[in-house]
Amino acid sequence: MLTFTLRRLLLAIPTLLLISLVIFFLVDLAPGSPASEIPLTVPPEVRAKILESLGVNQPVWVRYLLWLKQFFWVEPLNGIDAIFGTDYAEGMQRIISYQSRSPVFAIIADRIPQTLTVIGTAYLVGVLIALPIGIYSAYRQYSLFDQLGTVFAMIGFSVPTFFTGTLFIIIFAVYLGWFPTKYDTTLNVTDWDSFLKQLRQMAMPVMVLGLANAAAISRYMRSSMLDNMGQDYVRTARAKGMNERVVVLKHVLRNSLIPVVTVIALGIPSIFGGAIITENLFGVNGIGSALIQAIHGNDLPMVQTLAFIFAILIVLFNLIADVLYGMLDPRIRYD
Amino acid sequence: MKLRTALMGAICVLGSTTVAMAERGADGHVNVLYWQAPSILNPYLSSGTKDVETGSLVLEGLAGFDEKGVVFPRLAVDVPTVENGGITEDLMQITWKLKPGLVWSDGTPVTSADAKFTYEYCTHPEGGCAQAARYEGIASIETPDAETIVIKYTAPKPNPYTAFVGGTSPLLQAAQFANCLGAAASTCTEQNFKPIGTGPFMVKDFKVNDTVELEANPNYRDPAKPAFATMTVKGGGDATAAARAVMETGEFDYAWNTQINPEQQEQMKAAGKGVLLNGFGTLVERIEMNMTDPSPDLAEGERSTTKHPHPFLSDIRVRKALSMAIDRQILVDIGYGSAGRATCNLVPAPEMFASTNTDCIAQDMEGAKALLDEAGWTDSDGDGIRDKDGKKLHILYQTSTNPVRQDFQAVIKDWWTELGVEVELKNIDASVFFGGDAGSPDTFQKFYSDVEMYANNFDGTDPEPYLAQYLCDKIPGPENQWQGENINRFCDPAYDALVAELSTTADMAKRAEIAIKLNEMLTKDSYVVVPLVDRGRLSAASNTLGGVVLNTWDTELWNAQDWFRMK
Repeated sequence: MLTFTLRRLLLAIPTLLLISLVIFFLVDLAPGSPASEIPLTVPPEVRAKILESLGVNQPVWVRYLLWLKQFFWVEPLNGIDAIFGTDYAEGMQRIISYQSRSPVFAIIADRIPQTLTVIGTAYLVGVLIALPIGIYSAYRQYSLFDQLGTVFAMIGFSVPTFFTGTLFIIIFAVYLGWFPTKYDTTLNVTDWDSFLKQLRQMAMPVMVLGLANAAAISRYMRSSMLDNMGQDYVRTARAKGMNERVVVLKHVLRNSLIPVVTVIALGIPSIFGGAIITENLFGVNGIGSALIQAIHGNDLPMVQTLAFIFAILIVLFNLIADVLYGMLDPRIRYD
Repeated sequence: MKLRTALMGAICVLGSTTVAMAERGADGHVNVLYWQAPSILNPYLSSGTKDVETGSLVLEGLAGFDEKGVVFPRLAVDVPTVENGGITEDLMQITWKLKPGLVWSDGTPVTSADAKFTYEYCTHPEGGCAQAARYEGIASIETPDAETIVIKYTAPKPNPYTAFVGGTSPLLQAAQFANCLGAAASTCTEQNFKPIGTGPFMVKDFKVNDTVELEANPNYRDPAKPAFATMTVKGGGDATAAARAVMETGEFDYAWNTQINPEQQEQMKAAGKGVLLNGFGTLVERIEMNMTDPSPDLAEGERSTTKHPHPFLSDIRVRKALSMAIDRQILVDIGYGSAGRATCNLVPAPEMFASTNTDCIAQDMEGAKALLDEAGWTDSDGDGIRDKDGKKLHILYQTSTNPVRQDFQAVIKDWWTELGVEVELKNIDASVFFGGDAGSPDTFQKFYSDVEMYANNFDGTDPEPYLAQYLCDKIPGPENQWQGENINRFCDPAYDALVAELSTTADMAKRAEIAIKLNEMLTKDSYVVVPLVDRGRLSAASNTLGGVVLNTWDTELWNAQDWFRMK
């Protein structure tokens, strides 16, 4: 198992390098330029100077190598400096955002907590809703509950978050006035009141995303349960006189969870990736809204760095899912 | 009804007395929403409106523009003019005097050295200063004493209200930015996020592309202002959500640039929690005619260049007919509602510079048809499309991707089709269209189409640099990497001569006369530029927020020091 993990980790290095190359060049060569962000009232000479100061005029491969160096060398050193108070990275140029002229990693560090709180909670809520629905739908296949669960999943799957988000705002904020439409990112949770306030402002984004997440996972859970319900060992368990509760929740559920856990693990990078539309709609200052604002502003370093971080997370969680799979199911160990 | 009016009057009186008695910070907190979130608060490193305007709460210039476009003093004692001796007769020098006893928010004195430093900061060759145009033509800045700033120009400067005037060229504190000159500008994150200023507020916390938290500047020069102790400027979302947060849910007191369609405007007004403010500046949505041939049959490097005049748009009668077929009021109604008005002018304001021409407002389809007939374009084969010498009247009409622009394209296409013109529509992503990439065929400068539509405006109140964009030597082409501003490839020696005259004229009345003439030469005399809609600003303010005056000549937050809570 250890050799398998090590081999996979080593293999990840060339994969990630290739991904970094593809991402950097795709973003760079895509049409659009930071120049389009400069208003037409700025004369061409001034415009040219601004672009030069951003470093846009260097050849693309020079920028790629510089970016790689900054990503794998300067930024980790900066991280060490920030944690231990050292000054290894003193004077080294960090990856600078075009829009804010500040280090990209500082912005990311600033935004990760919000994304983890809001999107992470939504994911958790989604999983907690999805598992019971999936289990009971499978146990009572074609019952009214199963049909309702299917309708719920269909809605969650097919209605985009920008629609549910706006709908929720109109219902819960405009008509009922229960929740604020804009997330207050300056709120510090210090006491019971501010905690309640935090819950209220998280409610809508969490509902919107929870619905979407729950839809997908409940379907996986249901089909995995159905696969197992018909198995011989279930019949054996029942024949041995075990009650339904033990059969379903102990035997069937445990075995059915194996693929579902993989699906859940593979979904975790998307928590870090944030939810572009939902974050933007509710004004949650997470990674997703940073990405979309960077895309709108043609802030190439920000887009490239974020996209690459997502790639790293996806590769990493794929590996984790594979390892988890082996641990949960002794039949498919890799050695 | 009378009682109500009387009550309203009483409320107004009460309101004004509260203002008179107000003291700093008495009105608590105010929430402002900029749906395009501020990225940086140093306007010299960003030309984005959102950044400049938020920065203007903290940083101020020597003077600013009020809602009528008139220059008024901020840090200066008064506005220098030739009459009061602040500007020399030869227009080569302007002398500003700082108000006595001015201090930065950290308590240190504001001196003329700060102004000189700001000039050096922005004109540093490696700094990439976004507002460098504001300091153009300056030979040197002298500081004979701590309160006097003398700006000397290399040539007569009829409009000297560019450097240190308005939200786009405020004073920076020399002590704070001393290590940020040139290439070091972008390493100064702390300074760029939390500049020390003289404005009514100072930055407490800044979250990039999200929130700015501000508090009242304890050293603001008027001890009674600002009425608000703290302010939050929140970003994110879109214009509709921003309007809703003020007009329907009342969570925010002010939302910037809430451009929503007329139908939504009515719907949101009905909720009764706020008002939509609109004001008109110089932003004009227009159709630009290509005076050169964009035909793909021509060799690359010759397409849309002055080597080949346009086969039919070089005929003024065709251009005029295309303009006459448009009903501008309908465009306003579908696109902008109260935030737009039909115009025939490239320079719609300030009032003294605006031509009174309204010839184009009324649609004249029959007249347009007659004009095309006269020009020799007739439908000889009966297919509904006019032709001449075997060539069909076919127009490629491009613009950037944007819902309102695509609506405009569709409606204008209908009118032009009725006129007997075959219209092909094209829309290009804004980041490409305005991206200026010399390698892309789709930039608005390359103009590989017959007509194109976009909006443009000018900074401040003086239209001279704007009108000077149409000089012959500013035509984009392969020799200047397509970087010129004369998009139409318009070239008229008489026009060039008049611009030259404008640049040496100091008398305001005379300047206005010339500017109006130049505007007419581009519009009603030649139809090279076909203005459609004068696009106003539309912002939303809560009913409980007092003192808001929408200003289209300077930053929208220009008078945040006068805002107060209506009780």
